[in-house]
Amino acid sequence: MSTYKIVDHEYDVLVVGAGGAGLRAAVGLSESGLKTACISKVFPTRSHTAAAQGGISAALGNAGEDDWRWHMYDTVKGSDWLGDQDCIEYLCKEAPKAVIELEHYGVPFSRTNDGKIYQRAFGGMTKNYGNEPVQRTCAAADRTGHAILHTLYGQALKHKTEFFIEYFALDLLMKNGECKGVLAWNLNEGTIHRFRSHITILATGGYGKIYYSATAAHTCTGDGNGMVLRAGLPLQDMEFVQFHPTGLYGIGCLISEAVRGEGGFLLNSKGERFMEKYAPNAKDLASRDVVSRSMAIEINQGRGIGKNKDYLHLHIEHIDPKIIETRLPGISESVATFVDRDVTKEPIPVVPTVHYNMGGIPTNYKAEVLTLNGGEKKVPGLMAIGETACVSVHGANRLGSNSLIDLVVFGKAAAKRATELVKSNSPHEEISKSETDKLLDRFDKLRNGNGSNKTSELRLSMQKTMQSKCAVFRTEKILKEGIDEIKKPYEGMESISVKDKSLIFNTDLMETLEFDNLIRQSITTLESAYQRKESRGAHAREDYPKRDDENYMKHTLSWHNGNEVKINYRPVNLSTLTNDVQTFPPKERVY
Amino acid sequence: MVQFSLPQNSKILKGQYFKDKTGSSNLKIVHVYRWDPEKNDNPREDTFEVNIDACGNKVLDILHKIKNEMDSSLTFRRSCAHGVCGSCAMNVDGVNTLSCIKSHKDINGDIRIYPLPHLKVVKDLVADLSTFYRQYEEIEPWLKIKKSKSEKNEINQSKENRAKLDGLYECIMCACCSTSCPSYWWNEEKYLGPAVLLQAYRWISDSRDEEKKERLKMVADKLKLYRCHTIMNCTSSCPKGLNPAKAIGSIKKMLATS
Repeated sequence: MSTYKIVDHEYDVLVVGAGGAGLRAAVGLSESGLKTACISKVFPTRSHTAAAQGGISAALGNAGEDDWRWHMYDTVKGSDWLGDQDCIEYLCKEAPKAVIELEHYGVPFSRTNDGKIYQRAFGGMTKNYGNEPVQRTCAAADRTGHAILHTLYGQALKHKTEFFIEYFALDLLMKNGECKGVLAWNLNEGTIHRFRSHITILATGGYGKIYYSATAAHTCTGDGNGMVLRAGLPLQDMEFVQFHPTGLYGIGCLISEAVRGEGGFLLNSKGERFMEKYAPNAKDLASRDVVSRSMAIEINQGRGIGKNKDYLHLHIEHIDPKIIETRLPGISESVATFVDRDVTKEPIPVVPTVHYNMGGIPTNYKAEVLTLNGGEKKVPGLMAIGETACVSVHGANRLGSNSLIDLVVFGKAAAKRATELVKSNSPHEEISKSETDKLLDRFDKLRNGNGSNKTSELRLSMQKTMQSKCAVFRTEKILKEGIDEIKKPYEGMESISVKDKSLIFNTDLMETLEFDNLIRQSITTLESAYQRKESRGAHAREDYPKRDDENYMKHTLSWHNGNEVKINYRPVNLSTLTNDVQTFPPKERVY
Repeated sequence: MVQFSLPQNSKILKGQYFKDKTGSSNLKIVHVYRWDPEKNDNPREDTFEVNIDACGNKVLDILHKIKNEMDSSLTFRRSCAHGVCGSCAMNVDGVNTLSCIKSHKDINGDIRIYPLPHLKVVKDLVADLSTFYRQYEEIEPWLKIKKSKSEKNEINQSKENRAKLDGLYECIMCACCSTSCPSYWWNEEKYLGPAVLLQAYRWISDSRDEEKKERLKMVADKLKLYRCHTIMNCTSSCPKGLNPAKAIGSIKKMLATS
């Protein structure tokens, strides 16, 4: 192996990732006086939080009465009773405070006539435990994620967070089952850095790029999940992949649920408002899994639009152009840019598109990472927040606008917990050379790959497999085919070719390292889906069309080791955190 | 007449030619700037024959096609691919833009793709934006309010006051505008440039902010602000359709009338 010079750093807390969750944690940590570093493979405002459009949920009650308990009920129901109710209680109760805090940070929220934060309707958000739609989603036009991300970066600057930008995290430094920091690669200088920290907070986002078509950015490769799997730790509920009902046909660009929240609706080729059939009450504002499945059925039964009858139409031409201009300007721009249509005159061609990963690194509501080892145990020194985490507040299906609130509530919670756990400037443990060498060995091996398989080809093969074998509707047979097929790109890594051998901004190598992360997540996703013989939330099994609470009201845990995936389960927590609210017992989920 | 010549190592040499192997009759000739910091070579311009029949509509699709199928060492930044993250800003056909929203069908003849102008090149199409980011920090891009605000309620802001942020808060910091500005080219270290001044104006315009005067004072400097000579390249290159020149004009006007 080539020898790499290592640059050492010591911090009280290290945050990996600078999207909404990572930045919110970093702000809290820097504020508390802990010596904090935040490393990110992209400049903070390039993170995928920027792409969130419609809004952030919180029961502020600015547009009619609201209650965080109603929000909690909606989230539990949305999760198809796979969400942990203590965590969901924490999320919904803390949400209003977290949004007010964002507003005080400077987020340019849209406003109501009396100058308060504007709130809009979103799928699955209701009044009085499922009775009628409520306007709970706080919005900055249709650029809410962008507005929040830029504001949080400003706050991090205000609190003088130390950033390490364009550093790619390679692996976790583990010692006796505890996390001691991270090994990272500085892209701009081509150097290797060892960050030792008392607590490492992973905020590395989702892994949408295991699929061929996704609203996810090219950088959404779930690097934290990959590192966790390589450290011998499990991921949770990987089978639950959210398909957003309205991805732009042929492009994959997100068309916000806010379009339906503002009064837009879907039509099939016969001009029917088909959602009335599948969700008589909520119609187009049913939960995302429900709308996506309904659309898939319409297309499968031949009522799709276009030459190949493979998309549907989203209409907003009936809405006042002035309202479109103020509330949905970003959507109008995207549709004009990518499919050259004027949304005030023509419908938008849409199709269900991979959008969000409910699964990820298992944590409790304090963001501490959990594993199963004889019994449920915390992993000392390791936390996870945001899309990379599976708290689990989203369970089997996330409600729109619950992800942005997840980022800030649990980003803040992680900072709070770390402040309780870490004594500033306490000494760091030694990390043996052999531990660091082991991690560098993988890096070096991939870098010097001179085989016959291009990373881009292996990635494409993986993405096509996931797209066709692990889609909206699944069966035992198709999933089994997927499990067999996905071995090919995984084994293909043994003979990978990396043409660029340099160390400075080597994106050939970075894409290869990202592929190593992606392929492990594809494998655990397929196996978790194969083992869950029921339909719940986003996981729809045609061969097991009913939810099976008796056998499957539990979280899937998956470990990855070579070609082996180990599956185990842990119970869903139905108990609430406090007596402020009572458990919502499972019942049939109808919209 | 005085003769000027470029230093030897800055001359762009003719690079490799990558021929199409698909036999397509619908080819686009794409010239791409290349420079490897780990070699002592001059920068070069590689040429790729790209089969447009099997390629998406945007310039970023071309770059991905080249990287995936022809030369995996080609280096560029990209992330969202939908025009919201600002990563893939570069110079395409002589104009700064986001490659993910720039349609190659709009470009007649060969396409030339270069990094954002007048910045240090890290590698190929990746430019060094560290000065740009440092200048952004300098304007203190956070809301300044007194501590005593109620934690229970938002700060009120009328619809009209909120509307004053439209056209400003949307900036994605891609640096297309600043790196198209000749004044910024000459005085990059001292002149804040259009993107950062637009951001400064975003905070000056926020009715919730309590330090408007201090903010104005902070930028009122002959180099930081008044190097803007209303050349307007910024406004014509902004891929998001914003108008930094107008924002700068508004700051100047506020200073002149205060």
